[in-house]
Amino acid sequence: MTVDPPRAQGRMPVIPGSFSYHRPTSVKEAVGLLATLGDDGRALAGGHSLIPMMKLRLATPANLVDLAGIAELKGARADGNDIVIGAMTTQHDLIASDLLTAKIPILRETSLQIADPQVRYVGTLGGNVANGDPGNDMPAVMMCLNAAYQVTGKNGERRIAARQFYQGAYFTALEPGDVLTAIRIPVPAAGHGSAYEKLKRKIGDYATAAAAVVLTMKGGKVESCSIGLTNVAETPLWAEEAAKILVGSALDAATVKRAVAAAEAITAPAEDARGPAQYRTKMAGVMLTRALARAKSLARG
Amino acid sequence: MAKSQVAMKVNGNAVEELVEPRTLLIHFLREQLNLTGPHIGCETSHCGACTVDLDGKSVKSCTVFAVQANGADIRTIEGMANADGTLHALQEGFREMHGLQCGFCTPGMITRAYRLLQENNNPSEEEIRYGISGNLCRCTGYQNIVKAIQYAAAKINGVPFQEAAE
Repeated sequence: MTVDPPRAQGRMPVIPGSFSYHRPTSVKEAVGLLATLGDDGRALAGGHSLIPMMKLRLATPANLVDLAGIAELKGARADGNDIVIGAMTTQHDLIASDLLTAKIPILRETSLQIADPQVRYVGTLGGNVANGDPGNDMPAVMMCLNAAYQVTGKNGERRIAARQFYQGAYFTALEPGDVLTAIRIPVPAAGHGSAYEKLKRKIGDYATAAAAVVLTMKGGKVESCSIGLTNVAETPLWAEEAAKILVGSALDAATVKRAVAAAEAITAPAEDARGPAQYRTKMAGVMLTRALARAKSLARG
Repeated sequence: MAKSQVAMKVNGNAVEELVEPRTLLIHFLREQLNLTGPHIGCETSHCGACTVDLDGKSVKSCTVFAVQANGADIRTIEGMANADGTLHALQEGFREMHGLQCGFCTPGMITRAYRLLQENNNPSEEEIRYGISGNLCRCTGYQNIVKAIQYAAAKINGVPFQEAAE
């Protein structure tokens, strides 16, 4: 949600470049504006990634289209077996939601590990998943949950699976002029266990490595399992092979070790201030081991 | 760039001003409204010295444009004292418990703690520490800041403040 301090990037913070400010009150109006503005327009959600980038002049949009005035983009509701969360719902809202805490507790758990209280009051779920920053926590959780993103663009509405959304650091399946309007999450089975384990140097930091796990148990064995990994590659990762290894097992040490090895094998972290690449890969494995154990302890069945 | 008209309530007073869209809320408060209580520390959303209360949320005003706050109800440290001029329980707590040394982080700390106590008027020490984790202090080591907030919580709840044994 925040960018690294300017010293690390060799730049000093400055005043953002000039821009025109737009505050539409409907998705239709926002999409129309973004279509007209083309490359000169950019959507503004909570702004806690974009505004720091603008201060560093790493982003210099000529027009900002603020989505905060669009009431339909806020709040969470049940829709059949899914829960649909408006893109402008803040991390603070997610933490406070009884519906989400009851049905998809990993969202609250993850939100509490994002940035700090002030940032969570403003930072949105839509911004977190749409920005394509591999350091953001929600994308791996959304891949783990098999969420879909509802997107409105100049050619109408479509859905994009979170598992198909991330193409590279800051590159996603969004086309210019698209607005990500909602996140649709299939509610995990009642009695599932979940955990998000995040290693970070301090509050507010991006993950050195993090792992999301959602699993169901039956008769002491893993019935289903899904794993997401944060900040150990250019994109969030869905560790499909690792999860397959675990299904049918009792999460015994030997099987967990094989699954962790499979998860580590798909990581390709950058070496940065959070540590060498090899260390971050190993920490992804440690986070996964912990997340599996905790998810199992929370699962019924 | 054309300026935009913004109207908001700041510390109970209606304010109408023209701002450039790129004007950050912290600069608007400090330079146009002369409210220099909120401080500019890191300018990168890390330190919390610029924290103000905006529509019932603690926000880092270095990471909000003034135009985004159009229509908002804002409170800064300047609006924290009681109507009769006496100190707010938090201000008193910071004084009594020596919750500051250089004082640079104090306006942000108090403004943040204000919202924390609005949401939870009897926080545990752990909840206080987690609740102010977006505010950095480089002097105190936080011990006395935590005590100051505990003092304020006790005063607000009308119970005697008892300092935990060290």
